[in-house]
Amino acid sequence: MIYFALLILVIISYLFYFIGKKRALNLKFNGNIKLSSQPDYFGYYVVLMALIPALLMWFGLLLFKGNFQEMFVMSPILFPDISTWSDGKLGLILNKLNNLSVIVNLPLDDLTNGEKSILNMASENELTAAKNLANFDKIYGWSNLTLFIILPIILGFLATRSISGKLNAQPIVEKIITYIIKGSSYIAILITIGIFLSLVFEAINFFRYVNPVDFFFSTGWNPNRAFVVDASEGFDKDDLENAFGFIPLLTGTLLIATVAMIVAIPLGLMSAIYLAEYASKRVRDIAKPIIEILAGIPTVVYGFFAALSLAPFIKDVGESVGLPVSAESALAAGLAMGVMIIPFVSSLSDDVIKAVPQSLRDGSYALGATRSETIKKVILPAALAGIMGSFLLAVSRAIGETMIVVMAASLRANLTFNPLEPATTITTQIVTSLIGDVEFDNPKTLVAFALGLTLFLMTLLLNILAITIVKKYREKYE
Amino acid sequence: MNSLNKRLSAEKRFQLYGLFAVALSMFFVLILMWKIFSTGSGAFVRTTIEANVFFNPDFIQVNQNSLEKELYRASYVALADEVVRQNHPKLNEEQFIKVREMYTRKFDYQLRDYLLDNPDKIGQSIIMKITASSDLDQIVKGNYPRDVPEAQRKINDYQLSVLDKLTSEGKVSSVFNFWFFTKGDSRDPESAGIWGAVMGSLYALIICFSFAFPIGLLASVYLEEFVKPGKVTDIIEVNINNLAAVPSIVFGLLGLGMLIGVIGLPYQVPLVGGLVLGFMTLPTIIIASRASLRSVPPSIREGALAVGATKMQTVFHHVIPLSLPGTLTGTIIGMAQALGETAPLLMIGMVAFVMEIPGGPLDPATGLPSQIYLWSESAERGFLEKTSAGIMLLLLFLIIMNTAAVVIRRRLEVKW
Repeated sequence: MIYFALLILVIISYLFYFIGKKRALNLKFNGNIKLSSQPDYFGYYVVLMALIPALLMWFGLLLFKGNFQEMFVMSPILFPDISTWSDGKLGLILNKLNNLSVIVNLPLDDLTNGEKSILNMASENELTAAKNLANFDKIYGWSNLTLFIILPIILGFLATRSISGKLNAQPIVEKIITYIIKGSSYIAILITIGIFLSLVFEAINFFRYVNPVDFFFSTGWNPNRAFVVDASEGFDKDDLENAFGFIPLLTGTLLIATVAMIVAIPLGLMSAIYLAEYASKRVRDIAKPIIEILAGIPTVVYGFFAALSLAPFIKDVGESVGLPVSAESALAAGLAMGVMIIPFVSSLSDDVIKAVPQSLRDGSYALGATRSETIKKVILPAALAGIMGSFLLAVSRAIGETMIVVMAASLRANLTFNPLEPATTITTQIVTSLIGDVEFDNPKTLVAFALGLTLFLMTLLLNILAITIVKKYREKYE
Repeated sequence: MNSLNKRLSAEKRFQLYGLFAVALSMFFVLILMWKIFSTGSGAFVRTTIEANVFFNPDFIQVNQNSLEKELYRASYVALADEVVRQNHPKLNEEQFIKVREMYTRKFDYQLRDYLLDNPDKIGQSIIMKITASSDLDQIVKGNYPRDVPEAQRKINDYQLSVLDKLTSEGKVSSVFNFWFFTKGDSRDPESAGIWGAVMGSLYALIICFSFAFPIGLLASVYLEEFVKPGKVTDIIEVNINNLAAVPSIVFGLLGLGMLIGVIGLPYQVPLVGGLVLGFMTLPTIIIASRASLRSVPPSIREGALAVGATKMQTVFHHVIPLSLPGTLTGTIIGMAQALGETAPLLMIGMVAFVMEIPGGPLDPATGLPSQIYLWSESAERGFLEKTSAGIMLLLLFLIIMNTAAVVIRRRLEVKW
């Protein structure tokens, strides 16, 4: 229905372009009125006048649909004790009514046995409410349609009527478009603010249950303790004290990121050096895209690979030399992540190495240095700031990486620096705390936002640090 | 002289390290591809067992004149059991259960779908290829070893002997698994398909595009063409660069906290998924589009202004059309990244078990990568194959999108 209505809206506004233009041309040639804008602009003017109010109202209706629905359906006449219901119960009943509303008006013959029994189980009041809901959906659908047909047509005709020699359409149209363009560029800021606000608000809610000091400095991570307690009875402070300790997550994250960087930095940097300084053009043209494939592969693929092949392989190798290796070792997740980051390091370093001017190389060769000596003693020091920057960006990427660790790392928090033992990460715990029931009044769910905020700030800090290093310590030539 | 040799061999060693690093990175690509293709190729065929099916009107209680609705609702479970009994005569109850397990549990649906397509077959007997259960499928494909003790096998000795008898009669065959491409998810690996997830991802990408492309294009036009460099642009610019480096899971939290928690959009739907992916893609598009706008030479703008065009006309009639190929390339690359993103989908609930194929962006759905994740978490061997096949499909889409981006760049981009 809604797609159909949107289509009609587009067709109507397209037609109004021609109506507006036609009228302007008519005035110009038949009425001999001197127009102050090109006829096209009168077309645009009518379209904007017809389209924008309808779209804005549609947006409003869409946003508040849930509220309207509740007002219409959940009246105290049908459900006298509605004021005592909890949010959870309200949601359940609404859900039930939604299911009922689909079938309540169908003839009995068309129903399956399951649907008939659902109908029989519902109370009289619920059936009435479901009928109301079905009516509401109908009314809502029709009001959408009217909004999309009648409102634009009326506004469009009014705008067409207002076309005259006095109306200067072009500045109006350009002004509106300028506002639209300006608004678009502020959306990026809005998204950042949205991220920050949603993280901060829910994190504050979390810190109502858990003391921030406990969160940041405690070493125990057992979020399930918060699950045992019934939410309505409140939480036992002692229970929560050692349930949400951030430290083991931080060490796990750093451990896995370190393993990843130990793989990615030498391989990425050496690949970049080889491709930039040694390889012939043909080798570079083949090898570079192949390495960059690694960056294009979705992380869920790496996670699958790490869990399916890499982890058992490492376990077997470890056991054959007598080392006890966990099946969910930090090593497996770290290695897979390292492979993922190789192209990231190599392409960033490649850019920086290429930016070192040729004259430096020529000078070094002229003094009799070999190529590797030139690279080690001239090019790398000259490119050091950029390379460090790329390492920091790679670390920030490793810390924020989710799927590999969700699939290959452990869920159990473990305060360790041994890569052969299982370890968990911040991102893994965000995912686990949000899979299943999402309840915004339970610290078990809310902790995801506190962790997300910490993660966001950590990566932001790393990025700012990287950019500052690059800006401050970059060698300037010219 | 000695020290020169030392230096030269150090040079050789260094070069070898570099070569080794490049070769190792390329080796990782190969091993990843090989692993996925070798585990996933099995998902494209499925084992079937030929069986004689008699659509006995007494069992399904319909006749030639029944309406489609009645045909749809008739009970096929009893008919399925009867088919097994007829094709394997003289079974005791225990043996019957074992033999029934060799066929897919969704046997009755297969019968129903056939009868809906061919209602005239009621009361007739036909030969049908019935899909085998996933465990049997894995034995036939050789993924489960046959020579381990019975207790470690999902298919016991009796079932193996029945299978061997069927094989020697030439009744076991492999067919191309169309179901994988046409069905939604299922609890049984043999009837699970990826189409629901593909549609979910498609709707999400449509929403992502319709949000991020116009806004990204207009935002970059504003920043490049309309506003003079200053405080505001600096803030927006820093902001966009930081946004591009925010981990994807944080965008998922934004979707959950803002779009679902505050605005009240539904859980599990591609609309929310697409918006979140759009937020993520926006910086990529803006950065690509700005670079592309910057590459349009000023002479174009000056020429247009010189013949009396307004700023708006210059930008919309001349600059944007010339920069569009670059913007489109950036958009497609951004969308390809968005297609592979899993973490945000996990946050907003697009990882549920959804059997139906979604009909629009407001129906519950999974996405392609989240379906891969779901299957990979499943213990059954049959789903392992599906996971790899899903990855192959995902990689195929990514290759198509990236190729399209390269083609657009090569064909349409204007060199100044």
